[in-house]
Amino acid sequence: MNPPASTPNVSVDVHDLRKSFRGQEVLKGINLSIAPGEIFVIMGPSGSGKSVLLKHIIGLQEADSGEILIQGQSVATPGIRDQFRMAMVFQSGALLTSLSVGENVGIYLSEHRLQPPAEIARIVAAKLDAVGLKGLEDRMPNELSGGMQKRVAIARALVIDPQLILFDEPTSELDPLMAVVVGEEILKLKTLTQATSIVVTHDRHLAFGIADRMAMIAGGEILLVGAPAAFKDNADPRIHDFIYAELPMSQTASKRADPNPSNL
Amino acid sequence: MVLFWRTLRVLPLAWHQRRKVLDQLFEIGNGSLLMVCILSLFIGGVLALQTGPVLVERGLSSVLGGMVGLSMCKELAPVLLAILIAGRSGSAMSAEIGSMRVYEEIDALRTMNIDPVSYLVLPRMLAIAVALPTLVLFAIPVGWLGGAVVSAMNNQIAVSFNAFFQDLRQVVDAGDVLNGVFKSFVFALAIGVISCHQGLITRDGPRGIGRSVTKAVVNSIVCILILDYFLTRVLLYIQK
Repeated sequence: MNPPASTPNVSVDVHDLRKSFRGQEVLKGINLSIAPGEIFVIMGPSGSGKSVLLKHIIGLQEADSGEILIQGQSVATPGIRDQFRMAMVFQSGALLTSLSVGENVGIYLSEHRLQPPAEIARIVAAKLDAVGLKGLEDRMPNELSGGMQKRVAIARALVIDPQLILFDEPTSELDPLMAVVVGEEILKLKTLTQATSIVVTHDRHLAFGIADRMAMIAGGEILLVGAPAAFKDNADPRIHDFIYAELPMSQTASKRADPNPSNL
Repeated sequence: MVLFWRTLRVLPLAWHQRRKVLDQLFEIGNGSLLMVCILSLFIGGVLALQTGPVLVERGLSSVLGGMVGLSMCKELAPVLLAILIAGRSGSAMSAEIGSMRVYEEIDALRTMNIDPVSYLVLPRMLAIAVALPTLVLFAIPVGWLGGAVVSAMNNQIAVSFNAFFQDLRQVVDAGDVLNGVFKSFVFALAIGVISCHQGLITRDGPRGIGRSVTKAVVNSIVCILILDYFLTRVLLYIQK
């Protein structure tokens, strides 16, 4: 299987990436350069092409044109996954519902026959412990909450000992407290594995909480790449509106209380 | 055909997937056994009921056992059981793989460098390729029994158990049974490939899963009936 890791992380370069679905261009010439070991957050509104970009980086989708390089090698190269250990935490968790939590976490090791069963059990227990889910090996995924499923998915990714780990909307469908827990897990991973992390999200709190650098994508185009501070000060209304948009809670509540619909 | 070829290429990994093969074997084989026996009993019975009186009327009651015996093992058991398994197990295969596709479980496997063909398709193909011929081996004698019971109990036919099986033994040999078993093996491969393929190409959410299941069953049945004709031609030619 995979050769021993020479580096704990890899660089990712995206050059002029274009993708269309049924004539509609979803990615319009994306250019990005992600340094080894950094947490890079791709932020943007729903439907802006973030998840599609992520699936291209991990090689689940093929680009119409352009190139993605992992440590200088094209992701389209046959056997690229044998050369670099990459993992992805899906928006839905994508746990195999027919397998127990322990089997899900250990599937990479068992399917590639990298360790004997007893050692796999030990590694699985350690990884579950690392994400705060100690002792849940025998539970089935549908017995877990959304947040726990996400953390199992993170544990499954950790088993690969990844050099590159991708997160697709890791806090979607989670309550704010659980979103914080997942955000902390991502930060913990950086010190634990030193892997390069690419996080796709529309959660502004998560993005500013964990990012070393960020990119804002809208309508299939990169609007800005830079440190989190550069986004807070940016005057581009598309960026400003996304970052500072708030529902005027008190005003809305008072309007709801108003019995006259014409005032709404 | 591409999926079939890819499955053949990962055949050496079968031993590693033995637990999944056994699970599927239990699901397809054990889960269908009772239904298969009931179906075959009544198929044999109906065959005797429909043809018996006509044969008796023409003084051909002595050929009833052979006719029911040959029809069961060469045509009815393999074809009808294949259709039953396409509906029962083929649909389950395409639904399960289809939902894994829709809910990104297959994408998750691919990101872990696990080939969905060896992990999902191979165990199902092996299981159905073993289960369907085995079920046919069960179904054939049960069908004969159904024919014999009806022949003996129906007043219009009144062919005894002994007479029925004596004629059957004279007409049917092991080659005829193997003929049906071989056909069912080919049908099993067709059901497996079609159902797994439909599952793997599922898209558009739960509605897509429904579409895949329907296509898997319909395409399998059409394929079984077309294959049956050509297999019969080839096997008749070989038997000459």
